[in-house]
Amino acid sequence: MRVGVVTFPGTLDDRDAQRAVRLAGHEPVALWHGEHDLQGVDALVLPGGFSYGDYLRCGAIASLSPIMTEVVDAANRGMPVLGICNGFQMLAEARLLPGGLVRNETGLFVRRDQRLRVERTTTAWTNRFESGQEIVIPLKNGEGRFVATPEEVARLEGEGLVAFRYLGENPNGSIDDIAGLSNAAGNVVGLMPHPEHAVELGFGPTTTRMKAGLDGLEIFKSALEAVAA
Amino acid sequence: MALIVVDVMPKAEILDPQGKAVTRALARLGHEAVGDVRVGKRFELRVDGEVTDALLAQVREVADEVLANTVIEDVVGVSAVDEAQAAR
Repeated sequence: MRVGVVTFPGTLDDRDAQRAVRLAGHEPVALWHGEHDLQGVDALVLPGGFSYGDYLRCGAIASLSPIMTEVVDAANRGMPVLGICNGFQMLAEARLLPGGLVRNETGLFVRRDQRLRVERTTTAWTNRFESGQEIVIPLKNGEGRFVATPEEVARLEGEGLVAFRYLGENPNGSIDDIAGLSNAAGNVVGLMPHPEHAVELGFGPTTTRMKAGLDGLEIFKSALEAVAA
Repeated sequence: MALIVVDVMPKAEILDPQGKAVTRALARLGHEAVGDVRVGKRFELRVDGEVTDALLAQVREVADEVLANTVIEDVVGVSAVDEAQAAR
C-alpha cells in the first residue's frame, strides 16, 4: 500500500511518519502542501509539527493549503486519513473532525509517554487493537486540549466516535479525557499523541511490558488491513 | 485606502490560559482591581477604495471562515475605521 505523508511549511515529523509507514510494511510517498496531486496514494497521513509557526491558530493556515482540497475530497470518499498532533488540528480546522484543539489548561507544553485507552476499534487506523486496550504513545504539545460544545460532546460520545482517551492524569484538560477522534465512517482519525514515535524497539516509550514501545506501529499497520478489506 | 478592523475573542465558555496568566501577573503587581483578563486578537485589513456594505459582508465572511474558528472563537466586531484615524 502507498501511504502519502504531506509536508507543510513547519512540519517536523514527516520523516518520522514516513519511517513509521515503512516499518509497518507500506511504501511512504512524500506529498507537498502546495500541489493538488495525491499521486494515487491509498491512504494519507497529516504529520505533526508547527505548520506556519502556529500562526492564526494551530493548523489553520495549513488546512487552507492547496493540497487540502484533495485531502478533504479523498476523506469524504472514504480514504483512510490519519492526523497526528498538528495534523489532528488541521483535520479539526478543515471540519473533517468536530470540535477544536486549544491551549493546554496549564498553559504548559507537555512531553510525556502517555497511557491511552483505545475506545473505538472500528476505524481504519485502530482495527488491530482490542476495544479498551491500553497503549503507551509519546505526547508532546502545547495546544492539545480538545473542546467542543456540550451538545457536540454528547453527540460524539453517543455515536462512539472517541477513538482514544487519556489514562491517568489528563495532560491538557481535554473534555472527557479525549485524546483522539474519528469520523462516523471511521476512515478519518486524529489524535494528539505521536504513534510514529513508538514504532521501533529502543526508540520509543519504555515500559515494563513485553514488546513495549511498539504500540504506534499497530496504527500504521491497521491502515493496510483497512484498504485490503 | 481604508481600514477594516476585525476583533476575535476566545469563546466565553472556553478557559483562556493566556488571560489567566496575565491576570495573575497583574495581581502580583498590585492591580487588585483587575479581576479577570481575556486575550483576543485584532486583525487590521487594509483595503483599496471605499468600504461598501458588500465589502463589509465579504470581510464578515472571511472573519467567520478564516480569521476565526467559530468552534472555539467568536467574531466580536467588524468595523471600518476612517483613514485619518487609521493613520494615527
